[in-house]
Amino acid sequence: MFNTLTFPAISLPALALVFITSIWLLLGRDWRYLIAALSLQYVGAFLLVALSWPLEMAVVKVLTGWMAGAVLGVGVAIVPKTWQGEERFGSSGRLFRLLAAGLVTMVIISSALKITGWLPGVGLEVVLGSLTLIGNGLLNLGLTNHPFRVTLGLLTLLSGFEILYAALEVSALVAGLLAGVNLGLALVGAFLMVIPSMEATD
Amino acid sequence: MNAPFVWILTPGITAVVIFLLRRWYRSTVLVGVLLASLLALLAWVVPIGKNIDLGPWSFKLDEVLSVLGRRFLLVDGDRPMLSMVYLMAAFWFGAAYVARAGRMFVPLGLAMVALLTAALAVEPFLYAALLIEIAVLVSVPILLIPGKPIGRGVLRFIILQTMGMPFILFTDWMLTGVETSPGDMTLVMRAAGMLGLGFLFLLAIVPFHTWVPMLAKDSHPYAVSYVFIMLVWMVFLFGLGFLDRYSWLRNNERVYDLLRLAGLLMVITGGVGAAFQRHVGRILGFAVIAEIGFTLLAAGLPEGLGLVFVMVLPRVLAFGVLALALASLWNQNQDLHYANLYGIARKMPILGAGIVIAQFSLAGFPLLAGFPAKLMLWNQLAVQSGWEASVSLLGSIGLFASGLRTLAVLVTGPEDQPWKITETWQYLVLLIVGLAALVLVGLFPQWFLPSLLNGLNAFTHLTP
Repeated sequence: MFNTLTFPAISLPALALVFITSIWLLLGRDWRYLIAALSLQYVGAFLLVALSWPLEMAVVKVLTGWMAGAVLGVGVAIVPKTWQGEERFGSSGRLFRLLAAGLVTMVIISSALKITGWLPGVGLEVVLGSLTLIGNGLLNLGLTNHPFRVTLGLLTLLSGFEILYAALEVSALVAGLLAGVNLGLALVGAFLMVIPSMEATD
Repeated sequence: MNAPFVWILTPGITAVVIFLLRRWYRSTVLVGVLLASLLALLAWVVPIGKNIDLGPWSFKLDEVLSVLGRRFLLVDGDRPMLSMVYLMAAFWFGAAYVARAGRMFVPLGLAMVALLTAALAVEPFLYAALLIEIAVLVSVPILLIPGKPIGRGVLRFIILQTMGMPFILFTDWMLTGVETSPGDMTLVMRAAGMLGLGFLFLLAIVPFHTWVPMLAKDSHPYAVSYVFIMLVWMVFLFGLGFLDRYSWLRNNERVYDLLRLAGLLMVITGGVGAAFQRHVGRILGFAVIAEIGFTLLAAGLPEGLGLVFVMVLPRVLAFGVLALALASLWNQNQDLHYANLYGIARKMPILGAGIVIAQFSLAGFPLLAGFPAKLMLWNQLAVQSGWEASVSLLGSIGLFASGLRTLAVLVTGPEDQPWKITETWQYLVLLIVGLAALVLVGLFPQWFLPSLLNGLNAFTHLTP
């Protein structure tokens, strides 16, 4: 079924990048590597968005993503104990997450062609990349209550949505507002991590 | 000069400035109250898009502000709506200092109003979903208590509100297709499904409502009530915008059936949920759920859209009094569980009266502010369907039962504990004024409620 389809050359590395980094965000435990994975994920998202948007607008995605990663990184670095103390899962937890990600991937592969049919003019590579991020982002959100992971999950989910939406709508205002939403989410995520250790004021 | 500059940029810029100056708490509250009141007054008296003569000077407030190729548009018909929104903000900011809602409350609250007004003004108006999402993110810091662990409610709030945004944005793209080929039922169903899902998330409709009582339990009651009231109201206005703009949606009977069904689910969930709670913060959350339900019910009735606007004043008054009274208790020990409230009314009777009467008003108890609007709603519902009216009445009975339980807890205390007034004078003044307003609106609704119908002017196709 898929061997009759052709992808733009850049899309395969981009797909691989978003797939690997979204799995990494699910399984990783060290916050430094997670931030690195998020930053790489935005490179993949940028490559997929660049298929639909002019390069100068698509670059906004990767810059915003890196800034969001930096903000989150600062938030965790200020209070590393909250992250290290509350968010632990062992090998069995990793295996469970990997299996769940496998299930999500199967669902994505089976539904991508159908969804491509609903969205005329949108390439299969865009749908695959988008659904991979949305699926794994949702999975991440469903498996955690920690603000850091919740923020990572939401940023992943939004990246997936942005890839698909970029193929449907080209607007500088939307690009700006979505960048604002991404940065806002990162700031709120960092704030959520920091506030339990802040002193109470009136 | 243009209207978006006055009602969006001015409060937005002021919010940033007073956020930076929040060290001077009282001054920032004062600036917030004055600005919100001024903007409400301007919306009341200054026409948009028409020449205004002031002695030798003449000027005109334009309707449009262009940003990055898109437009923010506020027209003359939006004035009653703007006036209501900024009056609500001024009302809430007015007691923020007494309620100790936090230094970030007024700056971020003002930023929220500016963003939500921008959401109603942006064209294409579906971009509003993005501005609503940013307003949600701006509201988060005022819901958090420094030094306290993060509750699950706030995380669910962020997650579910963020998940709503993509659905609304996709609807935008789908609606373009529906407009060009309205006969394509598959496309219409997909667009309606996307839109419905988006609003399920944004309005916390069952089963995505769980964060509301959680957040109400964990956050400062005054701040959380403001976020609930303002956000829910603006999302409702956004939803009415859809009905106003798309005739295929407006003329579809199924849409109104679905609105009433969602409303009934919310009313019964809110009412029954409130009746079984032992935490007054969570009761406030369930009351919010029930109020969302009542508004959805009103929107689903053939002649009910006016009721959506009429319900605003009683709701704001009741939640204002309830939130202010709870804020006083919250500031003492940050726990509003019944176990900590036994006999409180003997020490603070006005505060106790505020909590109970506000709950009764939300339930639609006769002679209180909530009653006239609820009575009109039940009348119209009974004409539409007897069982729908009965179920909604059951929700109100649940809210009333929770009020009775709260009353029992607040007055129960040792026999020898004397009744005395120990509230501060600021609380006494504000609560007495609030309680008087609740009774006055209930006794003389004809003085207050009809003018609220002007809010419908913003929606030209929905005006009777």
